[in-house]
Amino acid sequence: MGLPIFSPTEDPGPDFVSLLRRAGLPPMQPGTEQLSVRHATTVVALRFTDGVVMAGDRRATEGHSIAHRAMEKVFPADRYSAVAIAGAAGFAVEMVRLFQVQLEHYEKVEGVTLSLEGKANQLAQMVRQHLPLAMQGLAVVPLFAGYDLARGSGRIFTHDVTGGHYEEADFQATGSGGRDARTTIKLGFRESLSRDEAVELAIQALYEAADEDAGTGGPDLVRGIYPLVAVVTADGYLQADEDEVAEHFATLIDRKRTEREAFGAPNRGGEPA
Amino acid sequence: MTMPYYVAPEQVMKDRAEYAQKGIARGRSLVATTYAEGVLMVAENPSRSLHKISEIYDRIAFGGVGKYNEYDQLRVAGVRHADTKGFAFSREDVDARSLANLYAQFLGNVFTHEMKPLEVEILVAELGADGRPDQLYHIAYEGTITDEDRFAVLGGDAETIAARVNEGWQADRDLRGALGAAVGALAGPERTLGADDLEVAVLSRDNGRRTFRRITDEMLAELLGPAPSATGRSRATRKGSAVAAAKRVGTAETTEGPGGQASDEAAVTGGDSGSPGDDK
Repeated sequence: MGLPIFSPTEDPGPDFVSLLRRAGLPPMQPGTEQLSVRHATTVVALRFTDGVVMAGDRRATEGHSIAHRAMEKVFPADRYSAVAIAGAAGFAVEMVRLFQVQLEHYEKVEGVTLSLEGKANQLAQMVRQHLPLAMQGLAVVPLFAGYDLARGSGRIFTHDVTGGHYEEADFQATGSGGRDARTTIKLGFRESLSRDEAVELAIQALYEAADEDAGTGGPDLVRGIYPLVAVVTADGYLQADEDEVAEHFATLIDRKRTEREAFGAPNRGGEPA
Repeated sequence: MTMPYYVAPEQVMKDRAEYAQKGIARGRSLVATTYAEGVLMVAENPSRSLHKISEIYDRIAFGGVGKYNEYDQLRVAGVRHADTKGFAFSREDVDARSLANLYAQFLGNVFTHEMKPLEVEILVAELGADGRPDQLYHIAYEGTITDEDRFAVLGGDAETIAARVNEGWQADRDLRGALGAAVGALAGPERTLGADDLEVAVLSRDNGRRTFRRITDEMLAELLGPAPSATGRSRATRKGSAVAAAKRVGTAETTEGPGGQASDEAAVTGGDSGSPGDDK
């Protein structure tokens, strides 16, 4: 690897992807079709008073079997933003890695950080480059959220496979259980949630999604694996403590059980008569 | 037909060296020293936006003196090299030694093959990992590379300043002590340098994954001011918050996979325009 010095007309600027191309390492090349791909997920993001909460389950599946139980789907993109992924795991993780390096690369080359809008746009371009693979069924759909230092509030951006990105007003969820999660948040959301209320709502949304969707993992009480919850505020990206998440789940499960018992329902699922 | 003039190679090299030295001597100097928590870099630079000291990678910093456009080109090339290598392999595989060698080769090539040598002197500093010592690679305009593990001085008046640093050298000073000594050596007996004249950054073991951090003007004034008692408390809180910040992204200790990429903010102070760089 030589020293990458370019003439002024061929300089890639702070664009890490085109730098990689020049270095002969083109990222995310189409054409590597796989037979079994890890898929399915639920990731959610919602706004609260001081920023955003983002959470994702931990299950990765290959067809009908569970491929991985402790997969991480929520990542820090940089200090003030987080990205969560749904879709073909290999490509999604690669995309996140590339996105993280791109943000840091820009910051180091230019000496300033990108705006939150700029970051969302960068991610959209990466998703668009991935479109040929998405057409083969290997879609990657990220959810991006962060704290906008200029505006002093949390913001959420959704992406679709074609590279479109749209800002969400209050919350969003994607992945196979996204619909159930979204409905849960919709029912529980109100303006000016506190941090703890937002975390609780995100956890409830993941619980309901796991309840309805086979591709979404619930809390794994036996192994102690819980969904990842990240909070992004003016203080930066902060991953919620596993104990805190576990406690929220314990409370939620307790409440559900008490409610069922109060209705006089037997403590089991709908069994055949 | 005219005959080309013959100039002896010795003369060509001598002229080029003289030319480069003159260019470098016009700029102001930079001192890098190791201290208890890592590496401290101090440069005389009235500009707040045209930096002499910058971040290259998690544990690597860059310092340059001489002609701004020339060392800035080298800085950007270093960032590109490091990021590409870290992406292709792993973040642990990015090291200062190979980067310093590339710089040395490039500067050597330019010095012998181009019309004009680069009028720069650069420093690649690396914070030692796992108990290894910190390393300072000093690369001169013609590609000579030297490695130091205590301190390095770059710029026109390097020898005098280096003598002053050496005289007052103490290992494992705290930040305030190391900064005071470095600034004193830069200024010499006849001058005093304030926060406005200096650009200061550290590679500190306390800073999480990205160890590079600029010392802001406000903090610098405090560090240069009269010692502890009055200011002790606010310093302590600040340090505390830096540690907290490191913990905050603490899950990112792993270096493989995206989880390891938690950004720990290299406090980019840029923004406000200072007078343009002092180097010509």
